[in-house]
Amino acid sequence: MSDDERRADELIELAITQDEVEQAPLQPGVPPPPSMHFASRFGGVSGVIAPLITTLIAFLMGGLVVALTGKNPLKVYHAIWNGTGLNWFFHIGNHSARVPFSTTHMWFPWDTSSVAAQNLQQTLLLTTPIILTGLAVAFAFRCGMFNIGGQGQYFAGTIFAVWLGTSFGGLSPWVHVPLVLVVGALAGAVYAGIAGLLKATVGAHEVISTIMLNWISIWVGSYLFGQGGPLQGSQPSIPISNDIVDGAKLPVIWGLKLLQGLSIGIFIAVAILVVYWLIINRTTLGYEVRAVGFNPEAARYGGISVARNYFLAMAISGAFAGLGGALDITGWEYRIGENDIHANTIGFIGLAAALLGRNTALGVGTASLLFGALINGTSGRQLDPSIFRPDLAGNLTTIIQGLVILFVGLNVGGVWLWLKRRRGA
Amino acid sequence: MAVAPLLELRGITKRFPGVLANDKVDFDLRSSEVHALLGENGAGKSTLMNILYGLYTPDEGQILLRGEPIELGSTKAAIEHGIGMVHQHFMLIPVMTVAENIVLATEPRRNGVLLDFDAARKRVQELSNRYGLLVDPDARVDRITVGQQQRVEILKALYRGAEILILDEPTAVLTPQEAKELFEILRSLKSQGKSIIFISHKLNEVLEIADRITTLRRGVVVDTIPASGATEESLARMMVGREVLLRVDKKPAHPGDPLLQVEDLVVFDDRGLEAVRGLSLSVRGGEILGLAGVDANGQTELIDAIAGLRAVRSGRVIVDGHDLTDAHAKDALDAGIGHIPEDRHRRGLVLPFTLAENLALHAYRKPPNSERGFLNLRAIFARARRLLKEFDVRGGTPSTPAAALSGGNQQKVVLAREIDGDPKVLIAAQPTRGLDVGAIEFVHRRLVEQRDAGRAILLVSLELEEILSLSDRILVIYEGRIVGEFPPTATEEELGFAMTGGGRDREAAA
Repeated sequence: MSDDERRADELIELAITQDEVEQAPLQPGVPPPPSMHFASRFGGVSGVIAPLITTLIAFLMGGLVVALTGKNPLKVYHAIWNGTGLNWFFHIGNHSARVPFSTTHMWFPWDTSSVAAQNLQQTLLLTTPIILTGLAVAFAFRCGMFNIGGQGQYFAGTIFAVWLGTSFGGLSPWVHVPLVLVVGALAGAVYAGIAGLLKATVGAHEVISTIMLNWISIWVGSYLFGQGGPLQGSQPSIPISNDIVDGAKLPVIWGLKLLQGLSIGIFIAVAILVVYWLIINRTTLGYEVRAVGFNPEAARYGGISVARNYFLAMAISGAFAGLGGALDITGWEYRIGENDIHANTIGFIGLAAALLGRNTALGVGTASLLFGALINGTSGRQLDPSIFRPDLAGNLTTIIQGLVILFVGLNVGGVWLWLKRRRGA
Repeated sequence: MAVAPLLELRGITKRFPGVLANDKVDFDLRSSEVHALLGENGAGKSTLMNILYGLYTPDEGQILLRGEPIELGSTKAAIEHGIGMVHQHFMLIPVMTVAENIVLATEPRRNGVLLDFDAARKRVQELSNRYGLLVDPDARVDRITVGQQQRVEILKALYRGAEILILDEPTAVLTPQEAKELFEILRSLKSQGKSIIFISHKLNEVLEIADRITTLRRGVVVDTIPASGATEESLARMMVGREVLLRVDKKPAHPGDPLLQVEDLVVFDDRGLEAVRGLSLSVRGGEILGLAGVDANGQTELIDAIAGLRAVRSGRVIVDGHDLTDAHAKDALDAGIGHIPEDRHRRGLVLPFTLAENLALHAYRKPPNSERGFLNLRAIFARARRLLKEFDVRGGTPSTPAAALSGGNQQKVVLAREIDGDPKVLIAAQPTRGLDVGAIEFVHRRLVEQRDAGRAILLVSLELEEILSLSDRILVIYEGRIVGEFPPTATEEELGFAMTGGGRDREAAA
């Protein structure tokens, strides 16, 4: 048992013991707030270890499924790993790379145009919106709400990004790109704000209202981009929007625009991770949001308006997801079709990323990269069909995602630590 | 002594990492005796009793029942061995009747599947009569008083064949009258051969009811002594390990101007019923006004209304000349109301927050703790370090989560925050609830200190002893109204009489 694990065990023990030693009477019949158990038992060191174990178990079980199909799980996982492009980092040599936004070349330890490099670009493109929809879930969660509406808020951003991106041809990119991104974020904020407002005023549960808002956004998008819809492109009988104009596209800094190279979107997403961390940990707003999330009654007693924070937290969550939608449109999709609206599940992958990442900036970022890589690595384009059929591999990704959510829900990682402690004792 | 013990715990040790909850504890219970288990919070009383009730397995040690070693792996095993426990927080189902609750899980049946209500009712009635535990078997549990609910819990244990009863802090939720009735019941049970373990940290009760007293301190048995001959002082010393001041030491009050005035206040409870019914009171600077009353007579709603946490239907709240009727909690804070809430877990603290964050719960929005929406963690932590030192909070640094502290230290954190806000009016609602002797002494001293600093203190407590020893003036609240005013020299009987509505006639006559 490593030192870290031992410390983790002790922390869990200590938290459990504290509960038992603590005899101060609560109001009879009123159980202690659940957040207390959650935070005190699985914060700290085990806050990193438990998700790792969770992921490991999910991958092991995924491997079992692969083995059932008669394939070698190790080979399959290796092929997926290569498909993610993350192997790129391990191939160091003498190469040259173009400095972004210029024509000069300079020495670089990695080959920026290898197949692995292209794979990595795709992984990072996928990671971008997952970070943002993940933060949409995480921020609301910090305020004690479960925002299932990341998908709808993402679509709100998508729809406005397509609309504004296909309009205003000839506008300077310096104006057009920020305009699309800001309006996309605002659209998400307003959309989520509806759920926040309903929660704050009449107490409508956000899970129900955001789920319903998801459906509304899906069918509105379906109408807008579908056959005869107002945002359908110039080609009749094809239910896809026009491409956004060049001035609304994000600059591609790695790879070729034509080959879906990496745009600056990933850097915006990482910057938003920092913003998220700042808001949560360093602002009075974050303090209020966390207080409300942990114990609304104590927050109210502290003079904090619970209703205001419910609304604000939902709106900010929505802004994250809306920005995610706008980044996808301006970064690499450039257009959206009716089918995409029905096939896209990025909001739910964000949900998994937030759950696995325990709503911390670093956790959500890491979990998003994991899911982005997994989806990309198992996609038909990246995976060698002779090793594992990509359509099956795509299912494997879904299985692993599902297992992660299930295990986080059951706190399998925590249970595992706890069992180990019991055996050790 | 030649009396063979009915139950014997030998060398019980229970470890939790970092905590030795029980260290080679020896404890024995004789037939037909009340044996009190005394100790501060965290002394290991509950751990020991949970071992006896089969909730924990001891790391070391033996349990002997009538000389035979027994294994208690579960509560079921404990019940089968005739051990019953009445928890501090009742485990009753509110919407079911008394009889239904008592027979739960061992229901008498008719034709194998149908619940035999008549048999259940009859057997409950029998038990009830036999031990003098009077309750109506057909009453719904949520409609009877807390004292009656406790009787239901005792009946439940007896119904399951308990010969040994463990009562965990049974008087914590009772009025003085109900506590007296409980003691009568315990004596009757004892005379009919039942043996009772009585867990408490209240010295006077232990002296009144127990035959023998075992004191635990930090998991170790200090001593087991006969109750006769022990005094409150000697018990307190055993419990805490040092001399404790049981009586509050205070100089006469020098009341100034009224700082809190409540006029004809009407407030509704959560169910929309009138809980405070035209109540008026006034607290002057430099005095402690004690508000005595049985639980749920409008105290909570009154405090909430003053603190801006509950809507005022009519009437006025005035703090130092400013009308604060129906103000928001933030305005109440700004106007100078400090509030030690009655439930520090539900309201007083955000348990997963660090101590620094908890101490900043009101002050976070003011410089230097924050500026332009950004927290100044340096200032927040510096303030926390200062307050933790000033209020002698032990077991944590500014970055420790509040959940990790003992109850007494948690209360010190709340106290530190409220007093540091420099309030004009300090509402102390059950400020020593669940605290041990040492912490109670600390809280009381601080409250008197604040009184002497000229603040108006409204003390709301269910503990008459606390009200009597701290207050300069005492009001009794009954059904949302003030039914009498008493000097601090009043007796518990006088107050108790008024608290149960007995004083209404007198007031009407006056």
